[in-house]
Amino acid sequence: MNDTIDWIARAGAKAKGKRPAYFEDPAIDRTLSIVMALASEVSVMRERMDTIERLLEAKGSLTRADIEAYTPDRVAGAERGLLTKAFVARILRGVQQDMEALAVEEKPVEVLSQELRNL
Amino acid sequence: MSATDVPPPYSAVARHGVFPEVKHDEAARFNFLANVNKALAGFSAGNKLAYDNRVLPAFRAEHGRDPVDRFEIRHAMNKDPWHRYWSALKRNSMEMRQQNGRSLVLRQLDELDAKARQYNEGRETLVLNRDVAVPRYQAAIDIHCMPGSYHGEERPGDVSAGANYDVGIFATTGGGLGALSDGGGQALVDWIKRERPGWVPKRILDLGCTVGHNIVPLALAFPETEIIAIDTAAPSLRYGHARAQSMGAHNITFIQMNAEELAFPDGHFDWVQTTMYLHELSGKALPKIIQEGVRVLAPGGLMLHLEQPQYSDDMPLYEQFIRDWDAFNNNEPFWSAMHALDLKSIMVAAGLPRESLFVTGVRAVVDEAIFPRQDTGVEDHGRAAVWNAYGAWKPA
Repeated sequence: MNDTIDWIARAGAKAKGKRPAYFEDPAIDRTLSIVMALASEVSVMRERMDTIERLLEAKGSLTRADIEAYTPDRVAGAERGLLTKAFVARILRGVQQDMEALAVEEKPVEVLSQELRNL
Repeated sequence: MSATDVPPPYSAVARHGVFPEVKHDEAARFNFLANVNKALAGFSAGNKLAYDNRVLPAFRAEHGRDPVDRFEIRHAMNKDPWHRYWSALKRNSMEMRQQNGRSLVLRQLDELDAKARQYNEGRETLVLNRDVAVPRYQAAIDIHCMPGSYHGEERPGDVSAGANYDVGIFATTGGGLGALSDGGGQALVDWIKRERPGWVPKRILDLGCTVGHNIVPLALAFPETEIIAIDTAAPSLRYGHARAQSMGAHNITFIQMNAEELAFPDGHFDWVQTTMYLHELSGKALPKIIQEGVRVLAPGGLMLHLEQPQYSDDMPLYEQFIRDWDAFNNNEPFWSAMHALDLKSIMVAAGLPRESLFVTGVRAVVDEAIFPRQDTGVEDHGRAAVWNAYGAWKPA
């Protein structure tokens, strides 16, 4: 540890250089940062849970030091990578589906509804 | 499903002698970011769809013509809601990477500085010079959104900047640069062994070495070669020197020096090189540095610059635009201008005959059993570890 630097505050220091505004309302920029940070922490907790499950399965008990020392083998590493990938796919689903929507022309359902009446 | 679809776990990152301790949850944060970056690289196809299907048609309707350059495309795309959201996510992933890297480095800075001192104190292979100023083009902005950039210190004499840079490369590239983030340096070793089998350079000069991750592979491949690695950033050099020493690369001398004024005699080196460096300079510094490099290069010697591909007239404007993303969204202010330069003419102006020049493609050399190959799958434009080497053999 170190006692001379407030490492939590300094970790979040702003980088020099004006940040681009991505949305008209700056609150959306800020909210997206918060949502992504929360998503990250959920992913971290899920990975920690996976570690705990694997340690308990293997040994029946654990210490916090065991969690810190845990290194997944190739198979476990790949399984955990898939968990994270699938989690990211779920939180980014809306973005991904918007991308798919860009590839096709689609009528509003209301228009389809009208058309079906006469079909 | 192939193994390359999922980034390797952070535990695959190699721990050298000054590598920070990474706690379980800190590694997990990098794992999340590696996956986010991989997903966003895949989603870049959406930018092209948005461009083709609505941004370009709207531009044509408004202006009665096509965009003439990548800047017009950028201004038009920056109004597109899908591109904005994608960019906002990508910017956040960079900022989160910095916070996680700095958090883990700064909480253990006492131990890290102590470890670095063990390798650095009293060594002639680390030469720092307080009189070397941070160049204006480096001081203007924090490159890659790294608070403090390569040269910032949280307290005098620390290694925080170098350590933070080193621990997070994995997340940004999804493991694309290998266990030691040295896929670029490994690629150089691989290339030279094929290009000039048996050649052993007497002296190599690496300009803008940062933490030395791309010069250590050459030092280990050529243990008899005297290697000088220079940079203006002392915190990166302190960390880089300790890192190299801990890995047994004892033949590199790290010197704090500005490449615009090299303190070496003419023809001193058989190989002068840079890796992913030229795009972090400025319009005036770049030709000056190439000129200095040519001056200190011996007849028959090799000049080599590893970079992302230059924008040529053959490259579609849309690709130029998407390759420019880091310039405007990840604090790389010279990136765009640099990639449009005619590097060949600059090398010719520096004194290398045009017929001595060459361009060749290289990709990161990594342990492909664990780390993803870089020439397969979706290209992460501007980030993929697939480079062009702009080089010359100076006439003997």
